[in-house]
Amino acid sequence: MINITVKLFAQYRENRFKVESRTYAEGITAGDIIEELGVTKVLPLGVLMVNSRHEKEEYHLKDGDTLALFPKVGGG
Amino acid sequence: MSDLIYRVNMSNLSFKIEEVPASWMGLGGRGLTSTIVAAEVDPECHPLGPNNKLVFAPGLLSGTSASNSGRNSCGAKSPLTGGIKESNVGGTMAGVMSKLGVKALIIEGLPQDDSTFYHLHVTKNNVEFIKVPELVGKDNYFVLDAMLEKYDKKVAVMSIARPGEMKMLTSNISVKDPGGKLRSHGRGGLGAVMGSKKIKCITVDSENYKEVTIADPEKFKEASKIFTKALQENPISGQGLPAFGTNVLVNILNEAGGLPTHNFREGSWKHAENICGETMAENIKARGGKTTHGCHAGCVIQCSQVYNDKEGKYLTSGFEYETIWALGANLGIEDLDLIAKMDALMDDLGLDSIETSVTLGLAVDAGILAYGDGQRAYDLIANELANGTPLGRIIGGGTHILGRLYGLVRVPTAKGQAMPAYEPRAVKGQGVTYITTPMGADHTAGYAVATNILNSGGHVDPLKKEGQVELSRNLQIASAAVDSTGMCIFVAFAALDDAACLPALIDMINARFGISITGDDVVNLGKNILKIEHEFNLKAGLTSADDRMPEFMKYEVLPPHNTTWDFTNEEIDEFWNF
Ligand code: SF4
Repeated sequence: MINITVKLFAQYRENRFKVESRTYAEGITAGDIIEELGVTKVLPLGVLMVNSRHEKEEYHLKDGDTLALFPKVGGG
Repeated sequence: MSDLIYRVNMSNLSFKIEEVPASWMGLGGRGLTSTIVAAEVDPECHPLGPNNKLVFAPGLLSGTSASNSGRNSCGAKSPLTGGIKESNVGGTMAGVMSKLGVKALIIEGLPQDDSTFYHLHVTKNNVEFIKVPELVGKDNYFVLDAMLEKYDKKVAVMSIARPGEMKMLTSNISVKDPGGKLRSHGRGGLGAVMGSKKIKCITVDSENYKEVTIADPEKFKEASKIFTKALQENPISGQGLPAFGTNVLVNILNEAGGLPTHNFREGSWKHAENICGETMAENIKARGGKTTHGCHAGCVIQCSQVYNDKEGKYLTSGFEYETIWALGANLGIEDLDLIAKMDALMDDLGLDSIETSVTLGLAVDAGILAYGDGQRAYDLIANELANGTPLGRIIGGGTHILGRLYGLVRVPTAKGQAMPAYEPRAVKGQGVTYITTPMGADHTAGYAVATNILNSGGHVDPLKKEGQVELSRNLQIASAAVDSTGMCIFVAFAALDDAACLPALIDMINARFGISITGDDVVNLGKNILKIEHEFNLKAGLTSADDRMPEFMKYEVLPPHNTTWDFTNEEIDEFWNF
């Protein structure tokens, strides 16, 4: 098992959490966690970061990674 | 009814109304202000002397029913950057000027008798010059209330407060919004230019006007529908911006390591959660107030909000990411309510909340205050700056001047203008915009954050150099064109991701004027504007050496990514090859 810190932002937080440390089976991808949380059922994914770097849903997470998920947001 | 140029001469308190020259016909907003400034202002003139001009021009679509078309541009030679400046704003002025048939208001000269300030009242075919000794030394809300009472609310109003009278480089020109609050032509010290001309306020009659004429109303309606739909269906302009405002950016920039912290020392701040858009939205929900609010009638995005204190009493509106970042992460204030109070104070005093707040962040290095000392920061603005004490004058001179006076090396400016809320070493495309735009460090000039961080219009890795110059160039060209239409820059999110959006915008311009411009024409318009502005700056004495990042960002690594600013001069100068 591996430990992943999952952070959610904007509407993804509603009825979920801001930040949680969660355990997953090795080999899990960012996309698997998105699926598990069901966040993209609410709003399409905008930005996915692992350890503060932009990554894709296929990214294989490692023990201790921080995954951050944002719906499409903007400003300026 | 065709549009006309209203030309005011403060040297002899006279005005003329002129036909629009053919070459200005297809221009509006930034395209027109920059063209007029470049054509009529000596680039070497002193920005606060008799030869600078202050130009206001509504966008091409302002005054029509087109969504988000109510932005007004203000142009001049900037006393802050020494180059050309355009700053645009919402509020009621653009629509009112357009409907009155004012294509541009050009203000030139300085009064010989500078013992008092004037109020200019613009009506159909007339400009009145009214001495207003009773308004001297008063701030924006006092002036606004006096004008609304005098004209029974039937005017659009622009004004300066005490810092503008004192010609401080941090002073802006404030504009009434539909809710009776203030918006501002924020950047570049335009309030000082208005102050130099001894103009306290300008009102424009909103009662006796006609609707703007539309050459092809049917076609206009159709295009307008498509355009509005594109804005509403885009996830950013349709949902993200209304729900959280621009302040949703705190967490995403923090997570990406691009949130400038403690005067650009780090790229993330451990207290970001206290000031973020999600917290702001929670507070608004719990306390009353409004998460959605438009800065002008006809805005369908409504990124603005009304923010109340714990007792449910109004604190501020138009509470923007830039201000919250500058007082929060950059100056270390953790209390969002205190930041809101300072935002309202800066509105009333007509201060550029970016320039002023970044200057306060630098003032920590100067030993003037400590990080997180919000009370001291508030007092510095309310007492020193507003009253023009020597310390207030120093802070009111902006970031660049404060840095020089205190012998500081870590001064985050480009062309003398303070950098907004994106760290150039971690959002490199935005850094390219800061140093290459003719405006001085301005985030709206080419918002590469969209593609570096937000995945709008594709993705270009924010930490690498590759592709950034081209990205910034394309965005700056597009922004210069959009700034000419009267559209708020946030239509760009739909324009970047929805193929129907831009053609609909062009169709509206064509239907309004009975012309047939193409997408290529729009791109060429953007290119021309940039070139005119660049040329003005070169004649004013700026060189490619002014298109450079502050040196400390080249040798100081920025956590958490430990990156530096690593472009060569040649790579940056490539920007102007188009
Ligand atoms: S989206 Fe925001 S900035 Fe743009 S017009 Fe609406 S309220 Fe003003």
